[in-house]
Amino acid sequence: METLTLQQRRQTKKHTTTKSGSLAVLEALVAEGVTTVFGYPGGAIMPIYDALYDYHHKLQHILTRHEQGSIHAAQGFARTSGETGVVFATSGPGATNLVTGLADAMIDSTPVVCITGQVYAQLLGTDAFQETDIINITTPVTKWNYQITDASEIPSVLAKAFYIAKSGRPGPVLIDITKNAQLQEFEYAGYKKCNHIRSYRPTPIVRKEYVETAAKLINEAQRPFVIFGQGVILGKAEKEFKAFIEKAGIPAAWTIMGMSAIPTDHPLGVGMLGMHGNYGPNLLTNECDVLIAVGMRFDDRVTGRLDKYAKQAKVIHLDIDPAEIDKNVKTTIPVWGNCKETLPMLTKLVENKTYPEWLQKFADCTAKEQEKVIKNELNPTSDILSMGEVIELVNELTKGEAVIVTDVGQHQMVACRYAKYNQSKSNVTSGGLGTMGFALPAAIGAKFGAPKRTVVAVIGDGGFQMTLQELGTIMQFDIDIKILILNNQFLGMVRQWQELFHQRRYSFTDITSPDFVQLARAYQIEGKSVCKREELKAAIDTMLNHKGSYLLEVMVGKENNVFPMVPQGKGVAEIVLSKDEI
Amino acid sequence: MEKKEFTITVFTENQIGLLNRIAIIFSRRKINIESLNTSPTEVESVHRFTIVISETEDVVKKLCRQIEKQVEVLKAYYNNGDEIVWQELALYKVSTDAIAEKVKVERLLREHGARVVAIRKDYTVFETTGQREETDGLLKVLEPYGLIEFVRSARVAIIKGSNDFHDRLKEFEYHEPGEDVIENEFLDKNEEVFAM
Repeated sequence: METLTLQQRRQTKKHTTTKSGSLAVLEALVAEGVTTVFGYPGGAIMPIYDALYDYHHKLQHILTRHEQGSIHAAQGFARTSGETGVVFATSGPGATNLVTGLADAMIDSTPVVCITGQVYAQLLGTDAFQETDIINITTPVTKWNYQITDASEIPSVLAKAFYIAKSGRPGPVLIDITKNAQLQEFEYAGYKKCNHIRSYRPTPIVRKEYVETAAKLINEAQRPFVIFGQGVILGKAEKEFKAFIEKAGIPAAWTIMGMSAIPTDHPLGVGMLGMHGNYGPNLLTNECDVLIAVGMRFDDRVTGRLDKYAKQAKVIHLDIDPAEIDKNVKTTIPVWGNCKETLPMLTKLVENKTYPEWLQKFADCTAKEQEKVIKNELNPTSDILSMGEVIELVNELTKGEAVIVTDVGQHQMVACRYAKYNQSKSNVTSGGLGTMGFALPAAIGAKFGAPKRTVVAVIGDGGFQMTLQELGTIMQFDIDIKILILNNQFLGMVRQWQELFHQRRYSFTDITSPDFVQLARAYQIEGKSVCKREELKAAIDTMLNHKGSYLLEVMVGKENNVFPMVPQGKGVAEIVLSKDEI
Repeated sequence: MEKKEFTITVFTENQIGLLNRIAIIFSRRKINIESLNTSPTEVESVHRFTIVISETEDVVKKLCRQIEKQVEVLKAYYNNGDEIVWQELALYKVSTDAIAEKVKVERLLREHGARVVAIRKDYTVFETTGQREETDGLLKVLEPYGLIEFVRSARVAIIKGSNDFHDRLKEFEYHEPGEDVIENEFLDKNEEVFAM
């Protein structure tokens, strides 16, 4: 067998029932409904790429410029499509380049299946060329991982991989396949999807008595408050969630990951939680009497200091992952299960109510924030452009229909604070891990996940320079994304902290950039840079209406800060609206 | 809450890499594992880990939930010392001469429930089984006589009130989740499961 060329092997396959491991991998992807793979070839994954050569009609392969780009693209794809993103990478450096993306997907519960090549099984542990122990390296950042050394395992292991990645609380899975297994011919018995693993309970059994107690608590509440996260989107429970808050009449605030699950202008939507979230949701967390958390995990950026977080409230926590219950915030009533299932049960039991006085408190907070922060951010009195006014124009010109992908830092907070969304799965950002360089590759994937929608990637000048090589991917595959660089010539968020907490000692946050427009041009991407208010709207309009990708750089205020802010180590009620209050 | 000794019992599939997956749940939180044992169970193909740590109950509860979240873990329990019957085994290697001359071997064996597992011209190996005080007790007695080598095993523990989970383990084994998924019940036997 070893003496046959790959060509001969492909031919013999037609007359027998055997298949190569590589073909079994591709068959598995096709059977799972995968149409797009993001990847980068290399020595140890060559047999799979060789098989892919004949599969281009079934599987589209997007060659990114770095494996980190592949996995972020797969994440972007998963986030806008609701499907599992797929990545190919080679062994050694190819595989280790996935680690950041795996960690990002793990903490943000994104379904991704990564297939990495590995050296021949007989070379494992010999420090062979491009050998790394990727299984052990990725164990803490994968929901599951597995090394295949025999081709016969491929169908069942890939079936498990897709099932695990997508079911329950989703997450990344890495399957490492040794080169011999990719080449090996084996008796192929077909592919069968997996939908049960005996040791794995993706969705806990709903305890009806807890739902009943939760409903009773809600019905007795005077000032109930709902906070929701990505669980609503991952559970595809947007409708059920809306029905719940509308019947119960409870104000609801979103985490950065839950954003866009309900339209941003929903009358009960009171804004974003968190360190740079809105004033009302943070402040009033400590005034509600019943806190109903739906599909969120009480991240420290949301809770601030835990011993000053919602101590007065009874906490109802709806989550699909039992390990989240009581992890950070002690729960009064845990409601385990998929919120798509538990929310309707709860809706049935809650009374139809409104809380006009309670809602008025949120409105008062919004008015205060409007006066002290928002007004000046969206309509600055100085000539210097603000990030907020740029986002506001994007809202106006896209009518809230665009997918907004953000990187990490000040522009991310501003974009998430001011962007308007009409539909779910519209906000793609690195929430938990805070991965700079996420946006550009994630936007590429987001476009494949939602090809009919406008994808705007809002990126800072720092983050853009971390993964700008993906401009090459955009060029090669003619991908239509709108790159909006908000350039403040600083690593803005770190600079803000240096200003506020380190006596303006700007230690290495001053960053110079290349001419982004020329850079884009080198990749055959049209672009423009603006620094004047009178040019801004037309420039954004040109970007949005341009056929194909476009890069717009907006020069914004160098030392603008994002407010409100819950300073680190402070409680949510200690939220400040300006620098003077710190 | 104060830190106490807890014994965590984890029932798992027998899978390469799972030990690491479980161990890093502790190391990530900078918690030291005091003792770890892996063993088969009464149910074929189900394995068990017995892990001893000193932590507050709150932390132990969270650790168990994180462990149980792992795909190949069937169930994780934690218990304090009162809820389990546990034993450790220790081996002691001493010079045969020293023993023969100075120690009343018969008394030693009787008092410490020890056994002689090997006698050679130059050395003798004792073995004792028991709780920490008991294995330490013999250690103390032998130390003055030039102990050559000492080793103690990980703890093995039986949970006193274990009827429930024994039944549950059986359930895991025979659980039929419904018509459409029954074929995938034992995924590891892939050639049977994935036949088309």
